[in-house]
Amino acid sequence: MNELDGNAMAGDLLEVFAADATSARFTCAGCGHADALATLRMWGPAPGRVGRCPHCEDVVLRVVRAPDRIFLDLRGAVRLEFSVSGS
Amino acid sequence: MARAAVSGRLTWRLATVTGSRWETPSVRTLVLDVPDWPGHLPGQHIDLRLTAPDGYRAQRSYSIASAWAGTGPIELTVQRLDDGEVSPYLTDTVEVGDQLELRGPVGGWFVWRETEPAPVLLVAGGSGVVPLMAMIRARGAVRGRQPFRLIYSVRTPADVCYAEELRRRVRDDAGLDVHLLYTRKAPEDSPATPKRIDVATLNTHGWPPDFGASCFVCGPTGFVEAAADILVALGHEPRRIRTERFGGTS
Repeated sequence: MNELDGNAMAGDLLEVFAADATSARFTCAGCGHADALATLRMWGPAPGRVGRCPHCEDVVLRVVRAPDRIFLDLRGAVRLEFSVSGS
Repeated sequence: MARAAVSGRLTWRLATVTGSRWETPSVRTLVLDVPDWPGHLPGQHIDLRLTAPDGYRAQRSYSIASAWAGTGPIELTVQRLDDGEVSPYLTDTVEVGDQLELRGPVGGWFVWRETEPAPVLLVAGGSGVVPLMAMIRARGAVRGRQPFRLIYSVRTPADVCYAEELRRRVRDDAGLDVHLLYTRKAPEDSPATPKRIDVATLNTHGWPPDFGASCFVCGPTGFVEAAADILVALGHEPRRIRTERFGGTS
């Protein structure tokens, strides 16, 4: 397993979101830490993407890719904040 | 640099390998002709997938090493990881004329924009230099006035990627400084002793914190954490420090 980070999720998330989501700011449901999704800790390669908070290590986001659908589990994030003024 | 899209719908494209060169004995650059490439920003990456005859697929992200000039091929620089599933194929098996499936560009956070006036500090561990090289090349292509400094940590002198090009760029461009740091073996004619990235290195060869520099740190996790922690301790604003970790070794 290699240690990666949220930057490596950019492609999978761009399949779901209309804008780059790695620049979006998450707020961790566990500890309240807030930063760009790119800073999430991730290990790979794996069939699913699990992004953990760099502060408390709680799971913030999961992305699982099936042949015909994508499962996005965001229960570890209180919110995602997207900048829309010329990203 | 031409305008490049950061977002947009993603499609898998079939790229053709049109050239390759070895940067070091374990690092190879692939030149790829990608049909309808929309352009990219320095720091962005692509997802590449390989499909085995039985349908098994492996997907990886690779940083784009080249700057986009509005047309032409793109370049990826790949380090062979000996236990890797994809990288040994790209370094040792792929030949000119082969096709590879990729999508992108993706990523909008670990990205340098030529419109940002701030000085830039690039901190690379091993093949973490790849996206940072794209930034140096992009700045060169638009003759950017932002002063750039690269601190580049390698194991030995033989592990320096883009060595010739970096020498040439530093010689021709007063706005670019490069400091090499050796972790195992320094050049024989150098007074430097091998060491890991430390406070003295970032303090001496980086920018003073009150310059408000944008810092980009890329390398293996241990390296990235050490460098980012030191930058914060030296007084750099955490929000101006962007990091990218990858699974390589350094």
